[in-house]
Amino acid sequence: MAKQYVDMNTPVIEMRNIVKRFGDFVANDGINLTVHKGEIHAILGENGAGKSTLMNQLYGLLKPTSGDILVNGKKIEMNNPRDAIDAGIGMVHQHFMLVQPFTVTENIVLGTEPTKGVKLDMATARKNVVEISERYGLSIDPDAKIEDISVGMQQRVEILKALYRGADILILDEPTSSLTPQEITELIAIMHNLVKDGKSIIIITHKLKEIKESADFCTIIRMGKYIDTVDVDKVDENDLASMMVGRKVTFKVDKPEQKPGEVVLDVKDLHCLDYRGIEIVKGLNLQVRRGEIVGIAGIDGNGQTELVEVITGLRKGTKGQVLVNGTDVFNKPPAFGFQHGVSSIPADRQKHGLVLDFSIEDNLILQNYEKDPFAKKRVLKRDSIFAHASESIEKYDIRPSGSEKRPAGTLSGGNQQKVIIAREVQNDKDLLIAVNPTRGLDVGAIEYVHKYIVDQRNKGKAVLLVSFELDEIMSLSDIIDVIFDGQIVASIPGKEANENDLGLMMAGGGKKK
Amino acid sequence: MTKKKGFLDVISENRFIHILLSILLGFLVGAVFLVIMNLSVSAAYGRLINSVTSLKGFSYVVVYAVPYIVAGLSVAFSFKTGVFNIGAEGQFVVGSMAAVVTSIFGASLPKPLLIPLCFLAAMAAGAIWGIIVGVLKTKWGINEVLSMIMFNWIAFYLSNFIAGIPAIKNEGTAEATKNIADNASLLFSKDFIKSAGLAPTANWGFIAAIVATVLIWFIIEKTTLGYELKAVGSNKFAAEYGGISVNRSILTALAISGALAGLAGALQVMGMGKRISIFTSQEGFGFAGIVVALIGCSNPFGVLVAGLFYGALMYGGSKLNLEGVPTQLINVIVGTVVFFIAISVIFENLKRLKGRAAVKKAVAEKEGKK
Repeated sequence: MAKQYVDMNTPVIEMRNIVKRFGDFVANDGINLTVHKGEIHAILGENGAGKSTLMNQLYGLLKPTSGDILVNGKKIEMNNPRDAIDAGIGMVHQHFMLVQPFTVTENIVLGTEPTKGVKLDMATARKNVVEISERYGLSIDPDAKIEDISVGMQQRVEILKALYRGADILILDEPTSSLTPQEITELIAIMHNLVKDGKSIIIITHKLKEIKESADFCTIIRMGKYIDTVDVDKVDENDLASMMVGRKVTFKVDKPEQKPGEVVLDVKDLHCLDYRGIEIVKGLNLQVRRGEIVGIAGIDGNGQTELVEVITGLRKGTKGQVLVNGTDVFNKPPAFGFQHGVSSIPADRQKHGLVLDFSIEDNLILQNYEKDPFAKKRVLKRDSIFAHASESIEKYDIRPSGSEKRPAGTLSGGNQQKVIIAREVQNDKDLLIAVNPTRGLDVGAIEYVHKYIVDQRNKGKAVLLVSFELDEIMSLSDIIDVIFDGQIVASIPGKEANENDLGLMMAGGGKKK
Repeated sequence: MTKKKGFLDVISENRFIHILLSILLGFLVGAVFLVIMNLSVSAAYGRLINSVTSLKGFSYVVVYAVPYIVAGLSVAFSFKTGVFNIGAEGQFVVGSMAAVVTSIFGASLPKPLLIPLCFLAAMAAGAIWGIIVGVLKTKWGINEVLSMIMFNWIAFYLSNFIAGIPAIKNEGTAEATKNIADNASLLFSKDFIKSAGLAPTANWGFIAAIVATVLIWFIIEKTTLGYELKAVGSNKFAAEYGGISVNRSILTALAISGALAGLAGALQVMGMGKRISIFTSQEGFGFAGIVVALIGCSNPFGVLVAGLFYGALMYGGSKLNLEGVPTQLINVIVGTVVFFIAISVIFENLKRLKGRAAVKKAVAEKEGKK
């Protein structure tokens, strides 16, 4: 970054020696942060390092135990988000705060709806929304309901919502975690447009590549402590990674050569409709064999989500076959597929993966609550359920430890994902389907997740990986299938793939198989 | 986990205090009305307390409370499993009628056989009433609240119709069914009632209420069935993903909830009620069950306590006219209590005004766990 828009003489945010205690627990221990006008400032840290806590104080959701917050040089006491919004601060949360049955337009204008007399003026609202979405290049369907649109789309709505409120200082909490590579490029362009406009952006992330591509400065936090603020141009990704986790991190996935075995998953001529009733999977063929990872690369909206939903029994297809070890699970309920060897790490962990009100221990037995040793004669055996949870928490490094009886909803996103992975890997089925398994996870956690996925492969399981992270697809997959417009348009060995060719094929530029 | 801990666990401190506060406010608002009507607050509330604290008075309270407790369990169970059983009223009505009819046709059967038979008939009737609504919901997506309200009225008129059938109708002039058969009565023996100085309608129903409470707690907390139903209730998508059949769970939940409401009806008529009148309006036991479930935080043991509290208000309230106080005062108090429980938001805001201590703590705990 050239820092061409940064005005080093005009600090807009100064957080001085911020300490935040929760009882004995120190979440932020003397953190300093200065953000200037026109600057993109990254906050880097592992899951649970205290990034979100820091930003929640800036956004008025939490009050610092001690320390000062200055906005535009003036000391400000933030009692609630209203104060923050009044001070020109906007925040996009990692977990979306959208009203599911409302439309995109209704969500964006929520709280600041244009009115005509006492009536809502939805026509103007819609016009404003379309205008702003075009201005920042974030295309959306203003009339779609939130519950019907993909996670990626919902993220766009969140970003638009903050922009709509005209914030000068934008806090983005893991903004790219659900975006496709193209969307990320677009977002970075948008961020640059915004700083050109004189706005400032704070981005909470643990994606080193994006920090390198977008940010001017980066503040690193580790276990609640301030580590350093660095000029992004003067460090490389390895420096950032080791500052973040406090040890050397390997990006390389260790994957021994092995010959794949017989076919486990065989999808033949699959067709299905999307939520609007339009055909989105159009005669798709796919095979996954024992001991191999097949990665599906594609831009969101080309049918990969629906493909997985049909395989796992959550969506009815219109035609085709889904053979798992020779048994057709097409249009059967999820339990049938599970019995015949399908386990999966779902894309939306809070909707499909977990019962957030349930404790960790109860979530860990979601498909197996009726089986030995968790139940006997339909009565739950709490002791074994607890023991199983303790073991999983230890083995899969679910934090905080001792959280067996805590509701899953109180864990951080990364740790929620670890709960799901612990459960699905231990189900030990012949086929593991993983959809965006590392979304929102930090480097340390990603390393674990990748290790577990590769372990499954090495144990002779078939793995189907769907991910919007091209890096992830390329480093894990034995075979990469490119999905475009509801079909697999190319199938190439993982070793031979490169980002440019894949990108081209994902955009429809590839040759048909 | 021991039983005692489970009990304390669920009535968590915070929620418990909230409920107590709501009850206090209910009485406060009641007092305001008393003052407006120029009546003595101490005399009215003194009468209320005195009338329920004697042995006889308390036995009345228990008698009153039994149907409320079991109807409250019915609604609480439905809350826990993600369906809102506003149809407990209708299930209660068909349950009590099933018990009466069974007792009339089985009058010659011995007590140990007839009583369980009446219970079973009532539970089956209530369950069927619940399942019909469940089928409408799962097969055709008909909103269960709407169909339940309709089924409450169907039950009401069906009950009035059956009560008028010659084989069922009272031989005397009363517009009601025959009395429940002696062998289906749950009443204590007359001698025992007299010697112990209890209410004349004192009966064995409370044993059934306690058994039902423990059983429902056990189902919810300790069984795979409870696990399934709760999972569907809190996140049906994840439950389905995990291989639980959502539709089957909804039907099961409604059947159990309906069976409980039906049982409540049987306990009412086999205990203090004796017979079913031809009514001009709904009696409201099922609706009272919603109130009891709310006050009891949908926790079975909480419902047990809340049902006793509600029974005390109903019985004590009936004595208020001795002080010249209209018995409607009780409705004011109950309404206010429910109001404050339902709009817990107000409490949150009050807390926020007072330094936001509680809200901050909640957020802090959530954050601290990260």
